[in-house]
Amino acid sequence: MAKTAVQPINESRPGKVVSVTLTTILLAALALLLWWMQSAISDVYILKITRLCAINITLALAMNLINGFTGIFSLGHAGFMAVGAYTTALLTIPAKSKEMMFMIAPLIKPLDTLTLPFPVALAAGGLLSALFAYLIGMPCLRLRGDYLAIATLGFSEIIRVLIMNAQRLTNGAMGLRSIPANATMAWTYGVALITIAFMALLTSSSYGRALKAIREDEIAAESMGVSLFSHKMMSFMISAFFAGVGGGLLAAYNGTIGQDMFRVSMTYNILMIVVMGGMGSISGSVISAFVVTIGQEWLRFLDGPLTIGSIHTDGVVGLRMVVFAALLLIIIVFFRNGLFGTNEATWSGLWRSIGRMSGHKKRGEAA
Amino acid sequence: MKLEIKDLRVSYGGIRALKGVNLTVDEGSIVTLIGANGAGKSTTLRAISGLLKPDAGQITYNGESIAGFPAKEIVKRGVVMVPEGRRVFPDMTVRENLLIGAYLRSDRAGIDQDLKYVMELFPRLSERTWQLAGTLSGGEQQMLAVGRALMAKPKLLMMDEPSLGLAPLVVKDIFSIIRRVNQDGITVLLIEQNANASLRVADYGYVLETGSIVLEGQGRALLENHSIQEAYLGHRKSAIPASGKASSEETSGKHGRKYEVSMNSD
Repeated sequence: MAKTAVQPINESRPGKVVSVTLTTILLAALALLLWWMQSAISDVYILKITRLCAINITLALAMNLINGFTGIFSLGHAGFMAVGAYTTALLTIPAKSKEMMFMIAPLIKPLDTLTLPFPVALAAGGLLSALFAYLIGMPCLRLRGDYLAIATLGFSEIIRVLIMNAQRLTNGAMGLRSIPANATMAWTYGVALITIAFMALLTSSSYGRALKAIREDEIAAESMGVSLFSHKMMSFMISAFFAGVGGGLLAAYNGTIGQDMFRVSMTYNILMIVVMGGMGSISGSVISAFVVTIGQEWLRFLDGPLTIGSIHTDGVVGLRMVVFAALLLIIIVFFRNGLFGTNEATWSGLWRSIGRMSGHKKRGEAA
Repeated sequence: MKLEIKDLRVSYGGIRALKGVNLTVDEGSIVTLIGANGAGKSTTLRAISGLLKPDAGQITYNGESIAGFPAKEIVKRGVVMVPEGRRVFPDMTVRENLLIGAYLRSDRAGIDQDLKYVMELFPRLSERTWQLAGTLSGGEQQMLAVGRALMAKPKLLMMDEPSLGLAPLVVKDIFSIIRRVNQDGITVLLIEQNANASLRVADYGYVLETGSIVLEGQGRALLENHSIQEAYLGHRKSAIPASGKASSEETSGKHGRKYEVSMNSD
């Protein structure tokens, strides 16, 4: 008996090779599908939404790390995204366009002539965003619960207001235009994949375990030697880094950005994905990013003219969001932990649920 | 490897919780700290383990002053606490809970060996390694909390009320585990309201009352002390003829006065 008890320690769970193989096959299939879509589907709109899904995966995973895995309810996501978006935009827009755009006051040196390759600009956006997280985290991470949420929300708004007023750096309320369209299928899905892999490795490492321990019980975590502040800070900064990268992708995806994009509602949009997928579940966030992004587009018909039975409307703008909010409420009420809770979708889990389903059938047949 | 506390003072926002506590934990012994609710037992442990900063006083371990150190540094030195009320990580598996205990260690072989040790100590846990800790029973959670602390490879294990809210049979198990752990070479500082059980296992005991040590002595001797029996063991005053000294101490109600119990343990 002692022997079977010791076995799980060495983590020799059966089927590890199988699940790695299946994951590789899945990824290859996904890459093929995307490649096929790009050549076969001429509808730009569909391709755009497909890319937005990937950006939302990155953004949702970034938020999930701090809110789901570390259990810190931060609402500063939009601010970090804005930092990343503006940095990426300013570093990739050609000098000529910059000169034309900054009409009220010229862009400060050396940004006015500086253009960098897209990946470098993205990384710079992420790093600057992490630096902002460090500065904001210093005071905010000493708070708890609701207070922390309010403080991060406040700082996110401060970033937005700074952007609006830093005319010579951000072009103020006029925003930035003609951002090179670098957010291709390869870049968006590449970054999403890197984010997924990074988060999966992080959360299954002992460092990630410490973050989860902080989420579960701070006092117990601290008495086991996990230093709370430095771990929270690290998680906050990593989250901000990926939020910044996601923001940069969004800038390249949109072509234009303005401070208006990065209001609190942007944070809530991402939060909705995270909550729906399950706080603390990577696969939950990924699936939910697809569901929410596609769902929001699919429900667009609600904003147009509608005929339900004898009732006819000429189109109510925003009805889509009302319906979406109602759907979210239903999810929160009936699936309190989102689609996955803190669990992950695994191949063995899928296998088991298939087995269970066929088991039910057999029992049904017998009866 | 001796823990010595001298004149430890701790306060919570102006309210003084510890008013000068002195105690010594010798290597290899089981020392218990008993007292009623609010006496300052948990505060003492939290101050030792670095969760609270003491106002004044000395905490020396192994000759080194560790007062005011962050919790991480204290765990590194082998002084590990089992927090009150178990506090396992409910949404993590039993195995993950145990591995968090070894967070500051990097010797994989040693960690694997200690996992085996903990599994052998608590066979109930070994059957449930992939179960979420929140789904364990109270007794199993307490075992997990002790196992988690053992994973940090403690030299001094401090337990905050391990018998709290557990069935008598489970309490018995927990105390036999405490003895076993001690026999394996780990010094134990045990905080308890269950004075009877804890004084039975302890080599030495201290009685804490509203922030000061009022009584200390060998475990058996304290167990037979009249004022202890009246205050903590539930004997009626009328049933046991109280010694004049003890009862006068009790009625006078002065804190901070200390007297030795000079009874033999055998």
